[in-house]
Amino acid sequence: MRKIQCPITEEVRRTLKMGEQVALSGVIYTARDAAHKRLSEMIRKKEPLPFDLKDAVIYYVGPTQTPPNAVFGSAGPTTSSRMDSYTPELLDLGLGAMIGKGYRSPAVKEAICRNHAVYFVALGGAGAYLGQCVVKAECIAFEDLESEAIRRLEVVDLPVFVGIDCCGQDIYDE
Amino acid sequence: MREISVEKIREAVEKMCGEIAFVYPKDVLQRLEKGAQREDTPRAQGALQILLKNAEIARDKHIPICQDTGMAVVWLKIGQEVHFVEGSLQEAIQEGVRQAYRNQYLRNSVVDDPLFERKNTSDNTPAVIYTEIVDGDRVEIEVAAKGFGSENMSRIQMCKPAQGRQGVVDFVLETIRLAGPNACPPMVVGVGIGGTFDYAAVLAKKALLRPLDQRHAIEEYARLEEELLERANQLNIGPLGLKGKCSVLAVNIEHFPTHIAGMPVAVNINCHVLRHDKVVL
Repeated sequence: MRKIQCPITEEVRRTLKMGEQVALSGVIYTARDAAHKRLSEMIRKKEPLPFDLKDAVIYYVGPTQTPPNAVFGSAGPTTSSRMDSYTPELLDLGLGAMIGKGYRSPAVKEAICRNHAVYFVALGGAGAYLGQCVVKAECIAFEDLESEAIRRLEVVDLPVFVGIDCCGQDIYDE
Repeated sequence: MREISVEKIREAVEKMCGEIAFVYPKDVLQRLEKGAQREDTPRAQGALQILLKNAEIARDKHIPICQDTGMAVVWLKIGQEVHFVEGSLQEAIQEGVRQAYRNQYLRNSVVDDPLFERKNTSDNTPAVIYTEIVDGDRVEIEVAAKGFGSENMSRIQMCKPAQGRQGVVDFVLETIRLAGPNACPPMVVGVGIGGTFDYAAVLAKKALLRPLDQRHAIEEYARLEEELLERANQLNIGPLGLKGKCSVLAVNIEHFPTHIAGMPVAVNINCHVLRHDKVVL
């Protein structure tokens, strides 16, 4: 399995092909429904965002609570389409990749192509397995959103498939 | 009259909510294993192997199978000879849910107002509670923790009686196809036929509680369940939507009498993490 370092530069993103299984390591950020809504409001108000979007990877996940003495809880992907209305804007601002599950809208696909970004799909319901790939976690924004807060994660070998590549090829259209 | 302390109810709800997040029911696990044997592409087979590995990690390391530990749905069948004592039954159920989600570090996934503020209640309450008064002096408590990736893909249709069996087949298969990868297949499909608009949905959810190896008691419905399962697995959705043969683990139907003018059909989709348990006091 090919190993990919996050954040992911455009040069690397252009080499990723739909259907390919890769192992992601490095820094990624968690964000789902409520966090996306707030990011979108911050963009509209021209406020600085909690992390640098350039080449960044967002993981659509709301983890379980971290028990004492554990690094992280259960952490599988949530359904990506709920983020579709916010995604093109983030991609146009430099977001490099997203990790989630399920279909994306035509507008998201277009924005992926336009920005040579990539959409990864992870295995839904494999939260215990995927949570074990997190070696460090820190809440960096919106702590009041609890599970939906933005967390900076360091992951090692998080297994994902290339769901939509930078040419717009979609794993679910095969 | 038999007296039952609501503390017993609280204990039972806490115990079941706490346990179902970590361990698959046996029937689901068996069907995942069988599914993995049937898949012939490395991708579909690999996906099911990861789900089986995930089940092991969840059980052995005590990590929830899925991060969406669900909204609690509690079904009570209360014998009419029972008298609850030492507190409020409703509050005992909510307290059981609250303590399970806190003590087991499950995810609090419930927001107070669905439309406007959407503020997390921070303890996964309230649970949805269904009560039914039955004969006898016992109490049956059944708990399910419903994830919303699959709940969101559920649908209901007020079919016309003339649509008949074919109408049901078409609507159920269409719902499964539309659910696709979003519902975290392989799915379990609960179908409710009859009753009223609302009751069909309740029946569909009830259908998810029946063991996967137990077919409907009436042969015509049992055959319909089998046909739907077979045809759903020909849709090539596959595990996690990655194409393949294992898309649906079971289709369970519940039915109820209905009005001369109608045939409500509800389809409640569950992902492979079908969490439920039952106890009788």
